[in-house]
Amino acid sequence: MDTQTQPEADTETRTMTGAEIVITALKEQGVDVMFGYPGGAVLPIYDALFGEPSIKHVLVRHEQGAGHAAEGYARSTGKAGVALVTSGPGATNMVTPIADAMMDSIPMVVFTGQVPSHLIGTDAFQECDTVGITRCCAKHNYLVMDVNDLARTVHEAFLIATTGRPGPVVIDIPKDVQFATGRYIGKEGVHKRTYKPVTQPQPKAIREAVALMKKARRPVFYTGGGVINSGPEASTALRKLQAATGFPVTSTLMGLGAFPASHPDWLGMLGMHGSYEANNTMHDCDLLICIGARFDDRVTGRLDAFSPGSKKIHVDIDPSSINKVVRVDLPIIADCANTLNAMLDEWGTTAAPDLSDWKTQIEGWKARKCFDYAKSDTEIKPQYAVERLYELTKDRDTYISTEVGQHQMWAAQHYHFEEPNRWMTSGGLGTMGYGLPAAVGIQAAHPNALVIDIAGEASVQMVMQELSTAVQHRLPIKIFILNNEWMGMVRQWQELLHGERYSHSYSESLPDFVKLAEAYGGMGIYCDDPKELDAKILEMIAYDGPVVFDCRVTKAENCLPMIPSGAAHNEMILSEITGDEIDEAGRKLV
Amino acid sequence: MTDTVQSIPASAYDMSHVDEVEERRTLAVIVDNEPGVLGRVVGLFSARGYNIESLTVAEVDRRKHRSRITIVTNGSAHTLLQIEALLLRLVPVANVTDITKSKRGVERELALIKVAGTGDKRVEALRLSEIFRARVIDTTNESFIFELTGVSDKIDQFCALMKPLGLVEVSRTGVLSIKRGAQAG
Ligand SMILES: Cc1ncc(C[n+]2csc(CCOP(=O)(O)OP(=O)(O)O)c2C)c(N)n1
Ligand SMILES: [Mg+2]
Repeated sequence: MDTQTQPEADTETRTMTGAEIVITALKEQGVDVMFGYPGGAVLPIYDALFGEPSIKHVLVRHEQGAGHAAEGYARSTGKAGVALVTSGPGATNMVTPIADAMMDSIPMVVFTGQVPSHLIGTDAFQECDTVGITRCCAKHNYLVMDVNDLARTVHEAFLIATTGRPGPVVIDIPKDVQFATGRYIGKEGVHKRTYKPVTQPQPKAIREAVALMKKARRPVFYTGGGVINSGPEASTALRKLQAATGFPVTSTLMGLGAFPASHPDWLGMLGMHGSYEANNTMHDCDLLICIGARFDDRVTGRLDAFSPGSKKIHVDIDPSSINKVVRVDLPIIADCANTLNAMLDEWGTTAAPDLSDWKTQIEGWKARKCFDYAKSDTEIKPQYAVERLYELTKDRDTYISTEVGQHQMWAAQHYHFEEPNRWMTSGGLGTMGYGLPAAVGIQAAHPNALVIDIAGEASVQMVMQELSTAVQHRLPIKIFILNNEWMGMVRQWQELLHGERYSHSYSESLPDFVKLAEAYGGMGIYCDDPKELDAKILEMIAYDGPVVFDCRVTKAENCLPMIPSGAAHNEMILSEITGDEIDEAGRKLV
Repeated sequence: MTDTVQSIPASAYDMSHVDEVEERRTLAVIVDNEPGVLGRVVGLFSARGYNIESLTVAEVDRRKHRSRITIVTNGSAHTLLQIEALLLRLVPVANVTDITKSKRGVERELALIKVAGTGDKRVEALRLSEIFRARVIDTTNESFIFELTGVSDKIDQFCALMKPLGLVEVSRTGVLSIKRGAQAG
């Protein structure tokens, strides 16, 4: 087909303003919540939104908040997150979440206002080249110059954001286009002729993969965020395939929850701060089945020693991920759920192979109890805080987001997930300030759930103002700060790599988080005594409103275990890392 | 540690590809001709540090709004595969054909070459232009503009010969390519 849309006869055609077209298209796309901040260049859209009963608009306090909230909404629902901001500074404030969503493959549609089309290029007030700025950090973007293109563009944007490898799509709309009157077309039949993601695996590749799986004696599933993105069917299929084969499973940071953490064949997260058993399993395996992960440098460690003896199968919907970092033996370009189901069919009724030697070896690694830490009666250990939080919330309808730093890793290590879409974190970009607004988005999607941002005191201050959003919209998010007064992760690297010269990583002054919470209209809780921790966590859960929990933890705790940068998976350090383990090459890495 | 003869770098951060043989490739990228599409393609190369030796672009199917971008690039086999995959990831890119890889590609470039001189040099320039089958498309008493079509090497060679004879200015289209045979590339 040459035309972009089907004949008009079977699509809805109505005439309305550009602003109304946007809202109508959003409704047709099933958008129930959006996050935004008004300004001159989007006022017509805000006007069309006025009194609109079917879309809840969450007014943030900074556009970055709208973006991360949309990401949190998307990741916890599987639907596209939607944000609406004005031109110029509104758009530039949105760049971080767009880049974040791109790195973590989060479906998001961002609307930005633009100066009227005849002023574009004149350095008009609040003009910036939004499509230029976002070109390299969005999956796709549009500047809509003709109101008659607007409806098709919005529908196409949702299609692109949510299919293939998901990602953020930006639609820049000049103000005059929002005012202009044009034709609305429905989403039926809208497609993009050059956009054809491959989703079905090649049967031959599936046969080869399963043949390898049947022969393997030391196999492992290495799963990632792609399994979550592929939808709940993918997690279900993974569980079935694992049950049929008996293979052990590890996952990246982004993939946590696809496989239940309570399962005996679960190895925990892999990578730099992953588990000893996961990393050693990766190192010693003879068959590595990578599903929806991308061999990130935080995962592989030293590349020339990465899983040296294994055949490697890589399932990814994005062909550019294949052989990008690690060369694989069998690439499968397809959607994870389709591939896992096809593998399951091909596996058929074959009995699970005898992997007892391999499992014994893995049990040996597990016995090292790599996440153990020195307990204390006087101080709250950060790991202990996460452990207690987990115990007291695991039986509830709980969603967890995080900021970035040590607390994020401790959360990944000590909070355990049984289901997908329950864990929201900034993996690829590592954006401090992601977790609080993400929690706002998650709570907006799941009003009755318990939504907790496991935070660091430094990260959370980047987006503290969104507490005001939570209060306004009655979103009872819980911000659980592991307050070590340090940019802990930075401090740890300075200790290990920079001769304990702690250059500008200590916050000399911190707000009184309890008073801060109260100033915003939420509740503040302070705790520095491990004996009081449980009661105070329960108090936090019981409070029907936003809470800031200032949990004072050990200040100079290091996050372990750790693969020192430049080292191999089997050179993981379990405790007492000194920095001497890291060679010159490793020091130069980030 | 004897890591002098390592084929794979120690870390993703030092993947330099220095040991790998660089190849020159001509890619035909068929795109929807929409605003910004060239920027996306070029931006991909600059953002990832890939090299562009030559680039041409023009609409080739007005009705379908299709443009053909011809890019000459170089890199290791691995980098070139990565470039193809990344180009295909761009939403308006319909397909990418490696014209060189097929060994069935035909390449041409067009150049306009201004040479100024009098006397023997002028006579010699005209004589050489005939050998190269260049056309004279403008002439004054002391200058010529030659139009020359051919593979890039031929144009390079012609320019080199014109240098001592009064080469003033060169304008080149960059490489165009198409596959031999009855089928579309
Ligand atoms: C926006 C941003 N700026 C800087 C960094 C670099 N960085 C990574 S972790 C970290 C410290 C985080 O401190 P905190 O939030 O207190 O967490 P902790 O490590 O102490 O648990 C910094 C500065 C980042 N990831 N993101
Ligand atoms: Mg801290």
